[in-house]
Amino acid sequence: MTKIDSTTLLEIKDLVASVEDQQILNGVNLKIKAGEIHAIMGRNGCGKSTLSKVIAGHPAYKVISGNVLFKNQNLLELEAEERARIGIFLGFQYPIEIPGVSNLEFLRVATNSRRKEIGETELDTFEFEDLVRAKLDLVQMKPTFLERSVNEGFSGGEKKRNEILQMALLNPSVAILDETDSGLDIDALRIVASGVKKLSTKSTATILITHYQRLLNEITPDYVHIMSDGKIMQTGGPELAIELEKEGYDWLNKYEEIKGDKS
Amino acid sequence: MTNDLIVQKWLNSIPEAKGILKNIQESGKQCVPKIGFPTHKEEDWKLTNLKRLSNILELNINTNKETNHQIDINNLPNPGKDYFRILLKDNGNPQDKIKFPKGIEPLTDSEIEKSIGQTLEECQCHKTWPIAINNSSINQILAFKVNENNLPGIEIIIPANSKDFNSKRILIHLEDNAELNLLEVILGSESSAQSHIIEIVMGKNSKLNHGLISLGGNKKSNLLSHIATQQKENSEYSFTFIQEGWNLSRLEPRVVQTSGNAKTNLKGLQICNNNDQIATHSFVKFNGPNGELDQLQKAIANDQSHSIFNGVIEVPQIAQQTKAAQLSRNLILSKRAQIDTKPQLEIIADDVRCSHGATISQLQEEEIFYLRSRGINNESANALLLKGFCQEILKNLPCNSTYWTANFNDLIKGSE
Repeated sequence: MTKIDSTTLLEIKDLVASVEDQQILNGVNLKIKAGEIHAIMGRNGCGKSTLSKVIAGHPAYKVISGNVLFKNQNLLELEAEERARIGIFLGFQYPIEIPGVSNLEFLRVATNSRRKEIGETELDTFEFEDLVRAKLDLVQMKPTFLERSVNEGFSGGEKKRNEILQMALLNPSVAILDETDSGLDIDALRIVASGVKKLSTKSTATILITHYQRLLNEITPDYVHIMSDGKIMQTGGPELAIELEKEGYDWLNKYEEIKGDKS
Repeated sequence: MTNDLIVQKWLNSIPEAKGILKNIQESGKQCVPKIGFPTHKEEDWKLTNLKRLSNILELNINTNKETNHQIDINNLPNPGKDYFRILLKDNGNPQDKIKFPKGIEPLTDSEIEKSIGQTLEECQCHKTWPIAINNSSINQILAFKVNENNLPGIEIIIPANSKDFNSKRILIHLEDNAELNLLEVILGSESSAQSHIIEIVMGKNSKLNHGLISLGGNKKSNLLSHIATQQKENSEYSFTFIQEGWNLSRLEPRVVQTSGNAKTNLKGLQICNNNDQIATHSFVKFNGPNGELDQLQKAIANDQSHSIFNGVIEVPQIAQQTKAAQLSRNLILSKRAQIDTKPQLEIIADDVRCSHGATISQLQEEEIFYLRSRGINNESANALLLKGFCQEILKNLPCNSTYWTANFNDLIKGSE
């Protein structure tokens, strides 16, 4: 009898996917367990963001074959909003500005969708304000952020902090943070990284998509995966990212050649 | 029956005006045949559904029989101490029965005679068809002057009687340094038409925050409205207007800065559903230097509706250092809906900063996905985005408008 590994939160099997008729993912395999932090690195265009969008359920991305299981449930059968409600969170590389919709209202509607799913009572405006104000400290945001339209006129750092605030409110099981460190100065990076660390628990998992070691200096991953040509080419520990930072991606090509020669 | 015959029959059926309005009516009656019924050969009317326009003339004129309105106008919420409500439903001179708050007083007959039509002339629209038919059918005028600031706002509710052609006329003088919040609410009724004209004269350093919410109620109701304003120097006119639920709606905000050096803010929103045809024809002219205009016109077109925007800005030689910005932003939510938008800047002065732009788009897939990725379903994501789109206009309305816009969420349908 096969023993089901209850700690596996997300399992991606031979995932092949395309956008606008162009195949981007060419067979991704990845297993994420509770309590783990994974980093995915790779050149521009290697498929990192596509992988995150496919997991989150972006309708423009088509899955050609393969599977994505979340807590042994087929994620690909679900709409984007259903995936979010059961605990998948995508932190956007470029958070969308929505003029006219207050951040507070947006956060409340989103939080209540998740709370309803996990059997918690929905919060009215006053209850929600209490909750959100308590979470603001995590990302060092002022309450005036809540009055403004979603991401409108926010600086790059403010947008990313707003993403982490959403993560804190939605309390996801698996958070995928797509280049959350891009466009951040050192202070903002530390604030964001500290927020992510505080939100990473034994029962949750985090996937950091990044180009730079500097985020991984703040958050030490358990695993580092290098993506290339729509596949995960190599997996290692934190030292892999350090080596990559030192040597650049050409080193990866050489590594592949050596590996190819040996085989 | 030809349109000319329909017009003649309509003119013959008009009840006679009384007192000082007699002359205006007479001039209107002479003007209507001279101008002639609009045709598609005229640029201003080429997109108008003329069949619907001529149908308006089949209605009875100002019978003033009490009928059901879409909203129970006799049971409206208390406007509170910050607002003074005027319900404009009877014929005759309504201000005779109104006890205005301190700082506002009715215009005298001689003041009305001297002033009526003058702002329309200043705004170059006194010889147009909608004005002529309003003049012809005039039977009442609400006219007052404001000579203080820090006053309670004025809320004017203008209901329509069903199967009636309802003509309403308002004249407001803001004296130098006066300030006012003004909210007009124009309501439609079953198979009715509203002919509404408001003339506003703004003195030096005066300030007017003017909201106009027009709700047709989806009852084959029609609206022809002119909002003509002349601004003296250092005045600020902010006009926010909403058009929703009309079979045919043609709203014409016209502003002239008589010697420049003033500020004008125009914010318009059309919500077009069903088979509505909703049009906004704006005109702003700077008759002096250093004038400013900030104009944002928005429309949402759903079902088989038709949205029209025509925005004229005139900057003659004298209007140096004018700063004018006009933007038309439109959302088209149905394959069968139509949007026609035409910014029209006529600039003679050479030292000005004028910009204009127009966009027509659908709701952005990335915006919808962002909301869905936070657990918000597709329908709610659409509604939230549309609400946000409208909010940019609605937030400028005078503060007591919430009662009238509270149901907007239901009015705004999602995309197909």
